[in-house]
Amino acid sequence: MSALLEVRALDVRYGGIVALRGIDLRVDEGEIVALLGANGAGKTTTLRAISGLLPIRSGEVVFDGSNLRKRSPDAIARLGIGHVPEGRRIFTRMTVRENLELGGFAIASQREAATRIDDALAIFPRLRERIEQRAGTLSGGEQQMLAIGRALIARPRLLLLDEPSLGLAPLVVKQIFEVLRDIHARGTTIVLVEQNARAALALADRGYVLRNGEIARDDTAAALAEDPAVVAAYLGGE
Amino acid sequence: MHEFLAQLANGVELGAIYALIALGYTLVYGILELINFAHGDVYTFGSFVALGILVGLRAAGALHGAGLILGIAAALIAAILASALLNAGIERLAYRRLRKAPRLAPLITAIGVSFMLENLIELWQGSAPVPFPNVIPNPQLQIGALEVGVQQIVVVALAIVTMIALHFFVQRSKLGKAMRAVAQDRDAASLVGINVDRTIAMTFLIAGALAGVAGFVGGVSFGSAWFLNGFGAGLRAFTAAVLGGIGNIAGAMLGGFLIGMLESFSTWLIGGQWSNVAVFSVLILVLVFRPSGLLGETLPEKV
Repeated sequence: MSALLEVRALDVRYGGIVALRGIDLRVDEGEIVALLGANGAGKTTTLRAISGLLPIRSGEVVFDGSNLRKRSPDAIARLGIGHVPEGRRIFTRMTVRENLELGGFAIASQREAATRIDDALAIFPRLRERIEQRAGTLSGGEQQMLAIGRALIARPRLLLLDEPSLGLAPLVVKQIFEVLRDIHARGTTIVLVEQNARAALALADRGYVLRNGEIARDDTAAALAEDPAVVAAYLGGE
Repeated sequence: MHEFLAQLANGVELGAIYALIALGYTLVYGILELINFAHGDVYTFGSFVALGILVGLRAAGALHGAGLILGIAAALIAAILASALLNAGIERLAYRRLRKAPRLAPLITAIGVSFMLENLIELWQGSAPVPFPNVIPNPQLQIGALEVGVQQIVVVALAIVTMIALHFFVQRSKLGKAMRAVAQDRDAASLVGINVDRTIAMTFLIAGALAGVAGFVGGVSFGSAWFLNGFGAGLRAFTAAVLGGIGNIAGAMLGGFLIGMLESFSTWLIGGQWSNVAVFSVLILVLVFRPSGLLGETLPEKV
């Protein structure tokens, strides 16, 4: 299999402080890869560096043969990377429809954009009921659905998801994970950052464990889920 | 009653000009959280460009019959283009490189750009007011007890049409939506494929175009252009934008008309030398008691 995304020796700094040190990641086409780790381990930073939101100090990020270093976030998005950021970051003062339309910003054909919005609404029927509402008035679960739906409009080949279950009721989390499984089944490669490591490993093929800005472990999801050290640290002892 | 209506008409006319300028402050603030202090001078520049075109055409004897309409249109379009390009040029040269600097840096830069433009315009046009060609015929019309000039009607109509066009542009067009998205959340906008730098440049272009319309109608309305016009008009328009809620488009229009009325009625009732006091007292009162303005969001949007 060929790597869809390859991260080599990635270093990122935040105002002089080392946030990521020598990160190596590989994501193959069709995989679901989980990034696990404690708060501050560098999971969100990794996703933001891949999307171009943070400057890369050294190292390479290669997506489908293109080097992403020094490309702007909008150019990276147009290459086919979708990013559902931490905290959802929907446009709260705009309507649900406008949020979805903005998801299709790079699509030239209005008709094509409308078709894709319909597809997204088929995945999230709740959003159809709220289509003319201001996005800020949606519940947390609906906002997360909108954030994912907005990213799907561009039909990304690679979808980066940052804590999609954060702050949501268990039933809603279950729905979201079912949707992710469905999106993956349609051919989208996924990188998933999750606090809910159990759910993430149940969905993922492989996982990386980050600690203090470095990769501490990488293995198949099944192996990580059974590893006593991982279980103790991220899955909670039972 | 007669005088009251005349002042009302004056206030609407002044207000239309302030509203157009205030929109420029509010658009730029909405997207960059920057008070573009040079904006008033972009308005002055537009006025002088329109004046130059009209003077040139009049000297060439082209302002007769259909040529008059064409000449007025040419002056208006030239003012729009000149102010739009100037404003976008300021952003490109002065503000863009400060995008990641502390907020005070672009603010001080804006004040510097303002001084520079004022001095350049003074070098170009001199320090005395220059009479604006009196090209729009101005017979007085009697509507009931209200007496208005045709010029006043043209000025207000032009401003209102411009504002309606802006409203539809911002609400409906793809670029308008991109502007609103960048204003709300720059990172999220870039993640959906919006080129943030280009969108900010377009915002300056549009804000400048509005200042160009204001420059033309201001010249017609005041009958002159002066290198420091933009300083006073800019401060009043800025007050209007704050009164309406800075960053809020409808607020800038409302604030513009209210400040125009306030200036007109305070001049009538307590004297012209006090109208500045009245206008800037409003600025202070708004900043103290309702900093988010009349139509501004009072609820925090960011968690």
